[in-house]
Amino acid sequence: MKLCLQNVGWRVRDKDIVQGASLDFEPGQMTAIVGPNGAGKSTLLRLASGLLRATSGDVWLGDASITTLSSAQLAAGRAMLMQDSPLRAQFTLRELVAMGGQISAPFMSTSVRLELAGLLLERVGLAAFAERDVMGLSGGERQRVHLARVLMQLEAAVHGTDRAPGFLLLDEPISAQDLSRQHLVLNLARAHASGGGGVVLVIHDLNWAAACADHIVVMHEGTIYAQGPPEQVLTNALANRVFGLEEGRVRIHAATGKPYVLPHDMICP
Amino acid sequence: MIMARRHVVLFLCALLPLLILVMAVSLNVGATGIHLTALWQSGAEQTDSFADRVVLTQIRGPRVVMAGLTGAALAVAGAIMQGLFRNPLADPGLIGVSSGAALATACMIVLGGAWLNLGAGGLQAEIMSTAWAVPVAGMLGSFVAACLLYMFATRGGATSVSMILLAGVAFSAFSGALTGILIFRANDTALRDLTFWTMGSFAGATWSRIGLLCPFLLVATWVTVRLALPLNALLLGESDARLMGYPVERIKRLAMFSVACAVGPTVSFVGAIGFVGVVVPHLVRLITGPDHRLVLPGSALLGAILLIAADTLARIIAMPADVPVGIVTAVLGTPLFVWLLTRTHDRERLA
Repeated sequence: MKLCLQNVGWRVRDKDIVQGASLDFEPGQMTAIVGPNGAGKSTLLRLASGLLRATSGDVWLGDASITTLSSAQLAAGRAMLMQDSPLRAQFTLRELVAMGGQISAPFMSTSVRLELAGLLLERVGLAAFAERDVMGLSGGERQRVHLARVLMQLEAAVHGTDRAPGFLLLDEPISAQDLSRQHLVLNLARAHASGGGGVVLVIHDLNWAAACADHIVVMHEGTIYAQGPPEQVLTNALANRVFGLEEGRVRIHAATGKPYVLPHDMICP
Repeated sequence: MIMARRHVVLFLCALLPLLILVMAVSLNVGATGIHLTALWQSGAEQTDSFADRVVLTQIRGPRVVMAGLTGAALAVAGAIMQGLFRNPLADPGLIGVSSGAALATACMIVLGGAWLNLGAGGLQAEIMSTAWAVPVAGMLGSFVAACLLYMFATRGGATSVSMILLAGVAFSAFSGALTGILIFRANDTALRDLTFWTMGSFAGATWSRIGLLCPFLLVATWVTVRLALPLNALLLGESDARLMGYPVERIKRLAMFSVACAVGPTVSFVGAIGFVGVVVPHLVRLITGPDHRLVLPGSALLGAILLIAADTLARIIAMPADVPVGIVTAVLGTPLFVWLLTRTHDRERLA
């Protein structure tokens, strides 16, 4: 089941935030959306999730427009991690994660739900805090709890079946993570793709994008500027035009063959 | 500090016998000095015990039940509003039901007198007598107010919760001003009635009024039961709730409907009773944590218990006079409210 954007646009007060975006997200693939601040990346992700209703064009999940899907079908077909969630309630981590599968897997028993939530907390490295109060967590920990909740939404829906999980949409999932947790989070995303689910992530770190994504989409001023495999897309010319970097900042890693960016020579001006 | 789930359920179960105890005590005390035992002693001295039974079954009985229903309705409505607005200090009055009811009641008390006399005669007189006309007007007022606020805050199918909040404040101020005009031109009797209405009392409780109230409360309960899980999800924010698959706009509509259904008619019958709606859900949440599957039933029970207790207190502190119960809840509720405020403030500073 593919997630397709067909000529999607989002217009607010005569200003096009996103226009004419056509993209196919494949299951089993990891797609990174990159671009400068204000390029429309998060908006594009919200449009893909159905959180925003496109003002033009349409979003398809499989062969149905997402506007025609029931909320349970949509909840099972895609889940999204927001940049920040304004949580102000003293749920325990386990309760919060279990809430993720409430609609996408309505018939799952409470005990299975809580058990699955425990497993997911283990995967995001927070099993020790399962019975603690969410309000006491640090920003990075909270982001990972929400990641577990979002994974719960997709995995609970296919729990006990051999179907592939739905699309995982992540808006800057590593923004609050330290270096080792960045690795952990991106590995989880990669594992989701290996399990047959699609992953779409908005990410600022071009090096991570190049290292982990199968496909890179570059957004610039509300449109899709380029897309393709990292080695084709991340070129010096693009870095110069989209990010304003000097020529020669994008290099090819000798061991992996993937492009990487060294934005400056580690000298503070 | 949040108790384990099993303990919480036990705690809620413990509230039930407490409710029965408070009801029994409340039935047992009052100006006439009649005790519950009169119910069983009938037959011995016919005339005396008959009067005693009337006091118990027709005066104190409905009063206790009305207090319990009101407490439950206000507290649950408060819990729903606090969940919907994600604000621990939200109050059922926020969607205009209380101020709408107050304005309509004032209209009926001040302006309705002449009209009621004109229309007197037959069945109409029965329905339109002041005893009924005032609460019916209050109900209409509260529903109209809730609908107006809802329409005002809804643009293109999406209801803005912060708009409801702001419009609710504006509406309260406006209807307060209109009520002020009515008070200004009211005669002494109307003024007295109106003042007592704003302080709230269960003195007018009868079984037939409870009968009229029940359908509204049943509908509200039926809707509220379905709101517990969605309200939990809304605590994560509207976007996350929608992404998880909850129909957020419908939930908001249902929540407002349920609150209007529970609070509008109740307030119309018993007048304005403050603080129950704000304080009770908060107290419950201290013990149960934020899960609405526990907060909603807990609020219903504790609200009923506290308001029956407050009404009992109102009846006995100045016997044989009957102190308006709104005064009791305000006197006891205000310090509690301030304590909650400072507590929330402290926690936010620590967080």
